[in-house]
Formats: sequence, structure tokens, C-alpha cells
Amino acid sequence: MSLNGSAYIVGAYEHPTRKADALSVVRLHADVARGALEDAGLSKGDIDGYFCAGDAPGLGATTMAEYLGLKLRHVDSTECGGSAPILHVAHAAEAIAAGRCNVALITLAGRPRAQMVAAQAAAKDAKGRAPLALKPPDPDAPELAFELPYGPATQNLYAAVAKRHMHEFGTTSEQLAWIKVAASHHAQHNPLAMLRDVVTVEDVLNSPLVSDPLHRLDCCVMSDGGGAIIVARPEIARQLARPLVKVRGTGEAPKHGMGGKMDLTYSAAAWSGPLAFAEAGVAPADIQYASLYDSFTITVLMQLEDLGFCEKGQGGRFVSDGNLISGVGKLPFNTDGGGLCSNHPGNRGGMTKVIEAVRQARGEAHPKVQVKNHDIVLAHGTGGSIGTRHVGSTVILERE
Amino acid sequence: MAEKVYATVPATPGSEPYWEGAKAGKLLVKWCQSCKKPHHYPRGVCPHCMSTNLECGEAKGIGEIYTYSIMHAAKPAYVVAYVTLDEGVSMMTNIVDVDPAKVKVGQKVKVVFKPSEGGGRLPCFTPL
Repeated sequence: MSLNGSAYIVGAYEHPTRKADALSVVRLHADVARGALEDAGLSKGDIDGYFCAGDAPGLGATTMAEYLGLKLRHVDSTECGGSAPILHVAHAAEAIAAGRCNVALITLAGRPRAQMVAAQAAAKDAKGRAPLALKPPDPDAPELAFELPYGPATQNLYAAVAKRHMHEFGTTSEQLAWIKVAASHHAQHNPLAMLRDVVTVEDVLNSPLVSDPLHRLDCCVMSDGGGAIIVARPEIARQLARPLVKVRGTGEAPKHGMGGKMDLTYSAAAWSGPLAFAEAGVAPADIQYASLYDSFTITVLMQLEDLGFCEKGQGGRFVSDGNLISGVGKLPFNTDGGGLCSNHPGNRGGMTKVIEAVRQARGEAHPKVQVKNHDIVLAHGTGGSIGTRHVGSTVILERE
Repeated sequence: MAEKVYATVPATPGSEPYWEGAKAGKLLVKWCQSCKKPHHYPRGVCPHCMSTNLECGEAKGIGEIYTYSIMHAAKPAYVVAYVTLDEGVSMMTNIVDVDPAKVKVGQKVKVVFKPSEGGGRLPCFTPL
């Protein structure tokens, strides 16, 4: 069953907050649900399918359905970290095509920044050590004892990915820095972005090394907030007053350590991307805007190669000299400033990737970063870590 | 300076032999007796063919650094790495007993066992 044309994104909303001291996680989910409904011109009673991931508290979809007072006939809480909302768009289109629902709500929200600040203050009061993570790891995770003692962290494992890429392909820190430079050029036009100053390659290289070879400015921000998307049946989408954004292609795939046959030179995008392009019937050269997961600069570079925007190993050259800057380069990316500059709500960047892709497809991005031709756009997410195990999910959208 | 004592994560049922081996100074790799392939981290079911006919074999403890990173954000900085053993499987580890600045991708390393909480030992690697 092809999902091409089976559903449309009719609503999208990003929470304006970046630090939610006074808003609970469920309230953030509810706020973005309200925002997306208003954007679509729909009401709560229209929703009959609900999608969320591990960031929804308690019993996940059940807890959220209760808090929001939803009457549903389809739920899906597939958890794959930050790429979940992109995968949920595909699953919503599937459910709609199968007749399981007509209007699907997808939400994501979190407040790790406020929680971390509170945890650090509490540790200071108790004269103890600040926590490294907000939640204890799952003791049943089979890899835990074989990894945790060695001090793995999101930063040092992505850094290890970057190190191998440099070793294999000669990629440089200067090339990685161009990705941050491009994001900052876009963020200057986003009044909500956490980092709005335009930075240079030198600024990135002169920021402190977090984990060799990644500098502080190679890393995304930590923020609170969230977002929501509403996916609907074509007949419903055509009745609404919003521009038509069709789900044209989708793909998802997990990649992991393969029992010790580890290869960190490519990500799951190499598998999810071709599925999405095949379903959409387009090629990378047809994509006019791309939202790419940007937990780190290296994440973007890997996905560019794996999705086929350039050859494997050529990502460093591809991103140089502003090639990702809207109005300057060939492939404008993350025109909201992305996770590198704007926000990374709940430590999960997938929702904001879809939202900015929808803004671009509609022609509703900030005028300074709106791409001229925006018929075919792409959003891709990496949930988990390319350095260990992750799920890639790709969606290709068409403005009709 | 006192030697670092690593955290011990309670073993899940079935993975005890690996840790008993480490305590005795042996680096064990699980081999599937059906498809003859090794794997890591050790499982109760072969990730290649799903056989449960698995045995632990002692690895030579020699390999090379597939990739690594120096965690500068930590004090003291440490080197997290993936080492590919001569037996063909890669494992997460730390590169120890060396100036982090001298660590390189492709470097030959050998296993060393470092103390962990509760009297256990943790396989780490150091340049040959």
C-alpha cells in the first residue's frame, strides 16, 4: 500500500516557550494540541486518532487522552526518541488509509531545561553533585552493563561518529562548523530562537571542546516546549482553509550495533530515505527545502550523505561556503534555526523538523528564509544516537 | 592519585559468565555454535541466526581502535571508544593508561582489567 496522497498535514503549531518553569509536561502537550487545532480550523471532537511517544508522561497516549478528554478509535505511541513525530506522520497516514481514523493529532512536549535547572539547584542546596541525567536508565536494557560504566554520553558518542568520519573521509571541524553557521543565519530571523547571533566558522572552532572533535557550538541547545501536527483524510483537508500539504513519501528504519559488526559511517537515513523517495516518486535533487535532525553538526552531515543529497564522504564539501543557507546555497535547511539555534523541545527534535517543513511548504516561513520554490520538502529525524542505536524516519511533503 | 573504581551495573540474568570471566582476567566473547559467528554485547539468543546454542570463548584481548572521543566536559577527561577485537566484534570501552592526546583511530590496543565496585573488574584497553 502506498501512502502517497493518502493524508495531508492540516495543522501545525510550535510552542513559543523555551523554558517552561510554570507549565507541566501535560499542559505543554495540551497547549500545542490547542494550537494545532486552531491552525487547522478543527475542534477537539474532530480528533479520532492520537499519536505520541515516550515524552508523554504516565501511560502515554492513555494519560494524554484522559487529560485532553479525547474520544478516540486509534492510538499509537511508537517510541523511537526524537524521530518519533516524523514516524508518527507516516503511521497517521497509514491509519487514515486503513480507515482507522480520519483526523490524527500528534503531540510532543518536554521541559528538561526547567527540570535540570531545578535538579541542579536542589543538588546545590543539599551540597551534593548535580545529576547527569534526569531519569535513571532502564535496568533491563540489555546493553546497559556493557556501556554505562564507560561513561557514554550523547556528546561523546556523536563525537566518536565525527571522529570516524574525519578518519575515513577527511572531513574537517571547519566543514562541520559551516552547518552551525548556516543555522545561525536562519535563527537571526526567528525572535523565539535561543541563539540569535550569527556566528562564523571561527566562532564555532573557538568555542570550548565538549568532546573531541565536537565544540560547544557543534551541539544543539537544551530547551523546553513542544509542538503538534494534525494529519487528516484528503476529503477533510480539502474542506479546510489552509494550504494543502500532502504526505507524499515516508520511510522508517532502525539501525544498531548489529551484534558487534559496528559501522558508524552511515545512519539509518540510508535505509529510511530510499523508502521515502521511492514512495514519493522523487529524487533528492527534487527537494527544495530539508528539515534535518540537528542534535549535532555531524548529525546533519551524515543525513545529507545518507539521504543522497551528496555522495558518501562528500558531506563536508557539500555544507561548506553557506550551501545550507536559504537564499545563498543549493539546499536550505532548518530555516527556523533548528535545534542548533532555536530549540530542541524535550531533547527531541523531530516535531520542530516537521513543523518548519510544513511552514516552508505552505509558504509561511519567515520571509527572510522562505524558499522561493517550495512544492517538495523533506523532514528527516534521527531518534536515539547514531553512535549506538537509533531510528531514522523520513517524510516527503508536497504543496498542492 | 587513587585508581579509578568503575561503577558496576547489576548484571541481567544470563550475562553473569562475562563478568565472572572479567573478574578472572579473561575477556569473553559469545560464539554461536550454529552459525559460528561471534557477537557483542553478549546475548542469550544469537543476533545473527536466533540460535540459543551459544558458548563463551576467550578472546585474545587484542584489537584496534575503531573510533574514540576525549570527553573534555568531564574532569578528568576520559576516552570513550569502540575497539574492534581481532575476533571481529566491536565493543564500547575506555582507552586507559595513556595520554588521551596520543590516542588514534586504528591504533593497536590490548585489554586491561580495571577495578569496579563490589570487587568486579571491567575490560578497558591500552595501546600496545
